[in-house]
Amino acid sequence: MTGHLVLAADPMLAGDIGQVEVLLTLAKVVVAFAFLLVAVMLMIWFERKLLGGMHQRFGPTIAGPFGVLQTMADGIKLFFKEDLVPDRSDRFVFKLAPYLSLIPAFLAFAIIPLGGDFNSRAGEVEWWGRITYLQVADPPVGILLFLAMSSVAVYGVMLAGWSSGSKYPLLGSVRASAQMVSYEAALGLAVASIVLVTGGLSTHDMVVAQAAEGYFGIIPRWNIIVTGLVPFIVFAIAGTAELNRPPFDLVEAEQELVGGFHTEYSSIRFALFFLAEFMNTITMSAIIVTLFLGGPSGPALVSEIGGFGIAWAWGVVWFFIKLFVLLFCFVWMRATLPRFRYDQLMNLGWKLLIPVALGWFLFLVSLEVGRDRGWNTMAVTLVTLVTFGLAGLLLAQAVRWGRRSGDHSGGGGGSGETAAQADEPVGKEV
Amino acid sequence: MAEAVFAVAAVLMLAGAIGVVASRNPVHAALFLVQTLIGVALLFILNDAHFLAAVQVVVYAGAIVILFLFVIMLLGVDKAEELRVEPIFGQRPLAAVVGAALAAVLGTVILTTADVLSGIRQSGGERALDGEATDIERMGRVLFGEFAFAVEITAALLTIAVVGAVVLTRRAARSDGAPAGSGSG
Repeated sequence: MTGHLVLAADPMLAGDIGQVEVLLTLAKVVVAFAFLLVAVMLMIWFERKLLGGMHQRFGPTIAGPFGVLQTMADGIKLFFKEDLVPDRSDRFVFKLAPYLSLIPAFLAFAIIPLGGDFNSRAGEVEWWGRITYLQVADPPVGILLFLAMSSVAVYGVMLAGWSSGSKYPLLGSVRASAQMVSYEAALGLAVASIVLVTGGLSTHDMVVAQAAEGYFGIIPRWNIIVTGLVPFIVFAIAGTAELNRPPFDLVEAEQELVGGFHTEYSSIRFALFFLAEFMNTITMSAIIVTLFLGGPSGPALVSEIGGFGIAWAWGVVWFFIKLFVLLFCFVWMRATLPRFRYDQLMNLGWKLLIPVALGWFLFLVSLEVGRDRGWNTMAVTLVTLVTFGLAGLLLAQAVRWGRRSGDHSGGGGGSGETAAQADEPVGKEV
Repeated sequence: MAEAVFAVAAVLMLAGAIGVVASRNPVHAALFLVQTLIGVALLFILNDAHFLAAVQVVVYAGAIVILFLFVIMLLGVDKAEELRVEPIFGQRPLAAVVGAALAAVLGTVILTTADVLSGIRQSGGERALDGEATDIERMGRVLFGEFAFAVEITAALLTIAVVGAVVLTRRAARSDGAPAGSGSG
């Protein structure tokens, strides 16, 4: 009965459901879960070591070779520390909040294709006579599950701050929820471009579409190229903001808010927030790989060893290489960029990223329609870009007028870009 | 299988709904509302409306209730309400009347179905979302084909509401140098 429940929730194994399917699904869940936990452990070490290198210091060195067991030592220490629940806190919500952060981070990872041979078999692998994909689930809503999980994750941060019954966490969590809700819009619009060129929501279909024959024989057909780089940049920036990672970590700006939303948390509950943060970083990188960088697709250099087909394993290898590059970039950004101010963050999100993402999406739509109707691609491009140029000028003008009538000191800013960098303090925001 | 999922979803939703009404703390009430909304999403999945389920979570749980919570936290009303004094005169008797009317409507809807036990309104017949394609594609065709005009009107209405809210809450420039609310969040 349990087996039926497990598999009924998994649409990729349609048809008769036997023991093998149940075991296969369970194995996939366990492997993905274990992978994520180990990856988080290594990621924390990697980030500290790399930051250390970039700051001209050593980073962790003591626990294990190159300090690789540092995270485990920290975890054990946190586990045995005293668990404090503040007197003025809302006890149930206070205890619930860390899990609301952690569980969405796990669930979103389920839709990521981790491997498979996308050159000849469209990502299918055949194990024990069953054809399946190397991903935990391929639900019909696909990438929407990721968006849904990132909106649920807001609750963890928000409730943690509120339930602590103290001022700084509350301010941190109000900031956090405003930031995450704002950037979710830009994130969704960037995803919409991908959905448009793929023609579906399933993450597996997205990878299949990107594994197709590229341009000139060497340039891959990755969405970063197909959609023209802009959605990728918007997604990467909005994703960083969604993760509350530097340079957008205003949620835990130490100078202003002590520790931000988790100031009152200690011991294992704090560790859960920490875990969720890094898990989200890995999931977000994996999502970027899936959406824009072709996921596990790539050439299978050696397709079999001693009669065993290992073409699927190359998918895993390519996936990890791409994931690693992105994680490196996240750490690099943290080490390089100073933190944004809150009004700069909001201006960037609302006045630059959302209009650009929306405009680019409409541009891609008009290209698609033009291709459908057989219009001249150059003419369509030109007309659309001129229209958007005019719309952009109008928007910039509106922002300038709005600022002039709202704030007598006036403000520069002709284009959307300078408007986003304008630096008048905005009094109303938290 | 379907019955089991329905039972779980129904318990979730009903418990959430009672919680919304019964809890004194507005933040707890909002959380119970989220529970109910997630139960509704489960029912959508049970009926193969996967897209609606995802949108339910993204829009209702992810945006609308977050805004509720935002307002509750910003206004600092997150404490038990004083319930002995009626805030608006005549509100409670009126609530009872309206509640009874709603119960009557729901009762009529349930009792006049073709099959009272299962609640099926009519058997057979082509409905808008029937067909071979995925639910997303069918819904897209219905919304942007048959009801394109209604969608556009709704979009215009929402835009007007947003612009109106900004215009109404925006303070005019003052001469003493204090920045007027140019809130962008």
